[in-house]
Parts: sequence; structure tokens; C-alpha cells
Amino acid sequence: MFSKSYALFKKDFSSELRTRYAVNALAMFIIVAISVILFSIGNERISSSLTGGLFWVVIFFTAMSGLARAFVSEEERGTSLTLQLVASPSTVFTGKLLFNLVLVFVMNTVIAGLYSLLFDAFVIQNFVLFLTSFILGNIGLAISATIIAAIISKAGAKGTLYPVLSFPILLPLILTCVQLTLFSIDGTSFETAKYELAIVISYDVIMLTASYMLFDFIWKD
Amino acid sequence: MKSLSWKIFLFLLLGFVSVAGIAFPIVKNPIHWYEFPFIPGLGENAKIIFFHVPTAWLSVIAFLMSTIFSIQYLRKKNLDYDAKSYAAAQLGIIFCILATITGAVWAKFAWGSFWSWDPRQTSIFALLLIYGAWFALRSSIESEDKRATLSAVYAIIAFVTVPFFIFIMPRIMVGLHPGSIPVNPNEQQVSPVIDFKMNANMQLIFFLSLIGFTILYFWMWNIGYKSIIYRDKLNKQLIKG
Repeated sequence: MFSKSYALFKKDFSSELRTRYAVNALAMFIIVAISVILFSIGNERISSSLTGGLFWVVIFFTAMSGLARAFVSEEERGTSLTLQLVASPSTVFTGKLLFNLVLVFVMNTVIAGLYSLLFDAFVIQNFVLFLTSFILGNIGLAISATIIAAIISKAGAKGTLYPVLSFPILLPLILTCVQLTLFSIDGTSFETAKYELAIVISYDVIMLTASYMLFDFIWKD
Repeated sequence: MKSLSWKIFLFLLLGFVSVAGIAFPIVKNPIHWYEFPFIPGLGENAKIIFFHVPTAWLSVIAFLMSTIFSIQYLRKKNLDYDAKSYAAAQLGIIFCILATITGAVWAKFAWGSFWSWDPRQTSIFALLLIYGAWFALRSSIESEDKRATLSAVYAIIAFVTVPFFIFIMPRIMVGLHPGSIPVNPNEQQVSPVIDFKMNANMQLIFFLSLIGFTILYFWMWNIGYKSIIYRDKLNKQLIKG
């Protein structure tokens, strides 16, 4: 089953390399969003806690602009029926999830790099905590974004509904991740942040389980 | 005849609760059964509990019912369950808006501002967002079966995030809401507003109000469900010609 999903992932990856649709859209969106923030700040010095929040604002809206592609492109090309014939629903979901995971990790690493270059106040004191919360948060973001993308690809409205449907689902994850980013900026120890880390881990596990259980119903027409 | 007696009972119950909740006096040392105790920091504002808490309770119950019927729909693929779930959610969003507005108006007098991102306020806001997204999703899909399936899936996914709000919010934000969990359990100084207790007759009116509103909800839900069924039947008759 895993080799099949890996084949699906490779198919998405090579078609992405050919068109560079999602990558271009994401890259431009990151540049636009960060420059809007920089323009609105101007010469003022903003506090480090504010940059922690703005970091996740950029991540959320960038994810919303690009991650729906995984399923919407199948519907647009009319290839979803073929996919239903050759692979089981869980295989399809795994493949799409892998692709979105790679996309999210690349995108968020770029955002984090740009942030630490452009914002003087964005200095991470506890790097290990930041890395842990970053990885766990990215996994959660990719899972929720993938299952919601599957829902909206089957619904009529493609682009506009995506952020609307995702925001309530992602809200617990984003709030906790903002808190964890603030902790790592302040240099809080691992011990103090373990409650928040536990929340993010349980969010990831619950979302993954619920997505695999419910994807069958979305995928089978 | 049986349903009429139920309606009269409900009318009397809600009538009594409304009169009692609004008109019973708040005194320092309650002696008579119709007097409420004075709670420092709340005063007359405490009376909102008889009307605000039931609406918030019903918006959660409606969400729970909507999710249960969604699961039933996915198991049985019977559109009847979708109608039941839809009727529950319709009432749920009404009660959710009512709870938000009554809470905000109360907060203006108790805390000085309409909105202050208290944990409970944030949770009800998230619930409002979920309901809004759910209705937006439903209105975007034409086919009946597809609409029922996708909205059922979304309702279940939204429902599994709810426990997080209960555990996360008190950690991140300071609770002002009566009955909130104190941020630091070792803290000795808990304000009387957060730590308030109802006396026996206040509890009696409160639970009567809760029961009355719950019966009202199920009655409204039944009417809403029937109206959806009749509308579907009429539409099918119109199509047949």
C-alpha cells in the first residue's frame, strides 16, 4: 500500500515540477504577505511577541492559498475517477498527505528563514523547542489542510470556501503553536511547555485518525 | 390532547421562570424562598444566568445532536438523518447567536467591554465559526446526497476539535467568566465572581429554566424537522407535475 501511495506522491511531485503552479503561487504569496507586514510596520520596532503571532498568520494564509491544489487539480483534470479505480481511498489520502507535508515543510522553512532575516525582533532563544513545535505544527497543518481540501474539491465552490472551512478546524492548533512560538522566543524551558506540546501531539493524532476514517466517505461518490 | 397539555405545562414553566428570573429580588440575607443572595461583584447582573446559560447549553446540545445524526447518516445513508441534523444545526446557530449577544451585553455591564477574548467567549466564537462554515458548505453543494455526506464529514471533523477548546483556552487566556477554572490552582485569591455559588432557590430556578428551555428546543426541533420533510415532499410533487 505504501509503495502505491509513494507512486502517487511521485506523480504529483513530477507534475508539480512540470507546471510549478503550487510552488510559484506559494512563493509569491509568501513574498506578498511578508512585504505587506513590513510596509505596515515601517520603521517602528515591534515586540517579539507580535512577530510570533504574525509568523503563524503568514503560515495560515499561505497554506490556504496553495494546499487545496492536491485534490482540486484532480477534479479539474477529471482524473479523480481514474484514481478511484487504481487505488484504495486510504492510499490516495496517504499520497496526497505526503505531497502536502513536503509542500508545508518547504513553505514554512522558507517563511521561518525570511522571518529571522527580516525581523530583528524574531530571535529564538530555545531553538529545540521551536523546532519541535514547528515540526508538530506543520504535520497538523498538513493533515487538516488535506482533509478539508478533499471536502472542497467535491463541493462546488473551490477557492473561496477553503479558508472558511479550515479556520475553525485549525484554530486550536494555531493558538497553541502561537503560544509555543512565544515560549521559544522567551526562552522558556521544555518542562514548562510540555502541556502545550501534548496538545499539539494529540491534535495531530486525532486529526490523522479522523481523516483516515472519514476520507472513504468523501472519496467514494 | 396529550400534546396540548405538554404545551400548557411548558408555557407555565417558562412563564414562571421568566417572572422569577427577572422579578425576584436580590437581598443581602435571603430569608424567604423567593429571595436570591447578593453576590459581591455581580449584584443584579447575576440574574442573566437564568437565560444566558440555557441558550449556550442548547447551542452545544444542538451541535452534539447534529454530529450524532451526521454519524447516523454516514452509517445508514438515509437522507432522513440529514434532515434531522440540519434541523438541529438551524436551531443551534440561533441559540449560539443569542448566547453570544446576551453574553456580550452582560459583559458590557459586568466587565466594562462587550468583548474581551475570555476563554468562554473565544469558545463560543469558534462554535459560531463552525456553524457558519457548515452552512456555507451546505449552500455550495447542489446534489442532495453529496451535500449530506460532505456536511456530515465536516460536522464530525469540527466536533473532534471541540475538546481542545475546553483544555487550551484556560491555559492561554485569563478567565473572567463566572465558573471559569482558575489559571493557577494554587492561587489563594480567587475573585468572588469567578468562584460564585448559587443558593438552593437560585439553583431551583436555574434548573427549571434549563429544563424548560431544553423541552422548548426539542419541540422547535421537531417542528423544524417536519417542515424540512414537508418542503422536500412539496418540491418532489412540483417536479412530478
